[in-house]
Amino acid sequence: MDLGFTRAEEALRAEARAWLAAHVPAAPLPSLETGEGFAAHRAWEAELAADRWSVVDWPQRYGGRDAGLIGRLLFEEEYYAAGAPGRVGQNGVSLLAPTLIAHGTEEQRARVLPSMATGEVVWAQAWSEPEAGSDLASLRSRAVRADGGWLLSGQKTWSSRAAFADRAFGLFRSHPDAPRPHQGLTYVMFGLRSPGVTVRPVGRLDGRPAFAEIFLDEVFVPDEDVIGEPGQGWRIAMATAADERGLTLRSPGRFLASAERLRALWRERGSPDRAREKVADALIGARAYQLFTFAAASRYLSGEPLGPESSLNKVFWSEYDLALHENALDLLDGEGESADTDWAERYVFALAGPIYAGTNEIQRDIIAERLLGLPKGRR
Amino acid sequence: MRFLLDPEQRDFARSLDAMLTAADTPAVIRDWSRGEHGRGRALWSRVAEAGVFALAVPEEYEGLGVRPVELAVAFIELGRHAVPGPLVETVTVASLLAGTGQAKRFLPGIAAGESTATLAREGSPALDGDAATHRFSLSPDGLRLAPGHGPVRGSLDPARRLTALLPGGELLGPPTPPGALTLARLTTAAQALGVGLALLDRTVTYVGRRTQFGVPVGSFQAVKHRLADAKLALEFARPLVLGAALTMAPADVAAAKVTACEAAYTTARTALQLHGAIGYTAEYDLSLWLTKARALLTAWGTPRECRDDVLGAA
Repeated sequence: MDLGFTRAEEALRAEARAWLAAHVPAAPLPSLETGEGFAAHRAWEAELAADRWSVVDWPQRYGGRDAGLIGRLLFEEEYYAAGAPGRVGQNGVSLLAPTLIAHGTEEQRARVLPSMATGEVVWAQAWSEPEAGSDLASLRSRAVRADGGWLLSGQKTWSSRAAFADRAFGLFRSHPDAPRPHQGLTYVMFGLRSPGVTVRPVGRLDGRPAFAEIFLDEVFVPDEDVIGEPGQGWRIAMATAADERGLTLRSPGRFLASAERLRALWRERGSPDRAREKVADALIGARAYQLFTFAAASRYLSGEPLGPESSLNKVFWSEYDLALHENALDLLDGEGESADTDWAERYVFALAGPIYAGTNEIQRDIIAERLLGLPKGRR
Repeated sequence: MRFLLDPEQRDFARSLDAMLTAADTPAVIRDWSRGEHGRGRALWSRVAEAGVFALAVPEEYEGLGVRPVELAVAFIELGRHAVPGPLVETVTVASLLAGTGQAKRFLPGIAAGESTATLAREGSPALDGDAATHRFSLSPDGLRLAPGHGPVRGSLDPARRLTALLPGGELLGPPTPPGALTLARLTTAAQALGVGLALLDRTVTYVGRRTQFGVPVGSFQAVKHRLADAKLALEFARPLVLGAALTMAPADVAAAKVTACEAAYTTARTALQLHGAIGYTAEYDLSLWLTKARALLTAWGTPRECRDDVLGAA
């Protein structure tokens, strides 16, 4: 048992730190959830990718450094400590890429991953539907067999980044006669500007179009854009969801940096005693999350798959993130209401955490039933 | 980086767990609470034979070398079985005396399980002063061997018998430096984690069996979500405890102490609520863990003191 890092890992950390010190924009980029900000974040991804910093854990042939999971975690600690911009390609990198690596063909990987790594193609997710949220397996959007591919029809919603993204991935019902709802689904990639696609941006609480509805009317998708076997989409997507909730969606580095920002704010405001406990808990929580992630990464690297324990991770980070930002707004006193502080947009973003990627209620059901072994009951 | 217990450490935990499961600790705890120490002393010897106290003693004094990770592993199991006695205090005394001129006098006995030591700051109650073979007090001028103890006072945990130490006594060493009680905090944190894990296990078993409205109460979402929250609290305390054992940095240990103790206490409240009235009775064994969770919260560092140590670091 040890918490030390190899010479190569420490060298990567040092190189990243130096690169970030020289490249991170001095002023924050405009909000990611605006046209202007989206473009600026896309350009930043290209700058990262030019020196192979956008996906350090990926194989070199797709634009990475083969730095492994530990290398990625260390890079992200440096990345967020440096105050670097949010990652516009997160959905593709965290959700689609692991799926392609595990279930895609080499042709798909070679075609999709390099342009994802540079930000040239930004991916949105297309899971939820108006009538299929927590009960995702009840989704109704269809994939109908056509010559050389599939025709997609239906409606997707709450699709993060879809207002400005290029392509999307999601599940479609291809075998409507399958005996159970989670059978007969197919995992598909499609273009958001393909004929038959209409994207309607949706403003989140602050009005910014952070997500969108996607309407599909007989959108043709060639067979080469189906991931895995048709009809096996649920199993493939759930493997992605385990990654999403597990190690890759929220880096410990992000919360270590947020906790330090909160401590700095607390000191700026004169270290008020009323916030003392909360600031200490933010520091402790970030350390707990880092060590929890190191433990999970160690298990994963020794060959154990990520399983339902990733639900613990998801509930923890989402509630931690929200509490941290609420505490920051409290520390700002009357200024906490202002929409133009450093904290306001981060707070609005954190509000969504307990809802997406499987609501925390669903996660608690999973913890209770699959980790603790409690009997299934009505939801 | 490999933040996982080694196979030997896991085997050590399993063998301790098996030994303590076979030892019928609830009966031992109830005896101990009445001041009947016979079975408790016998269990102490078994814990010593398993090597637990030797993990706090350098090899030159017949120990296994000071090994905080293994100590944390052991104290999780001791907490899981609610083993009574001044366990934390004994290993802490060993850490205070190691490297002093008194090491040879006391440490071999501690490693072998022949000596049991309690320890308290001057003016604070000492745990199990009536049962310990040696009583140490931390006075402003240094560590003293107390000449005796006062009457036993009850604790919220009946198995923790509090005693005042008589003032004065032989001065054994200079004032203890800051951070000297880090091992007390670490082992208390580990013990609390074990207490919380046991409370969760017992409650999960109970709600799976207890039937109301024709179904196990554990199938209700209100019940499940409370237990999920207890699981969350404990599973994020665990890496803090093991990480603190690796670094032994005072801020890491303080973070582990407050987090593990609060997780255990949260779990205790959930355990009591989900057991209902039966959990509120002294005769039901759950009480042996419930009461300990509250007592450990303030032992060797209150939540406030621990959070201050976290904030003070770096």
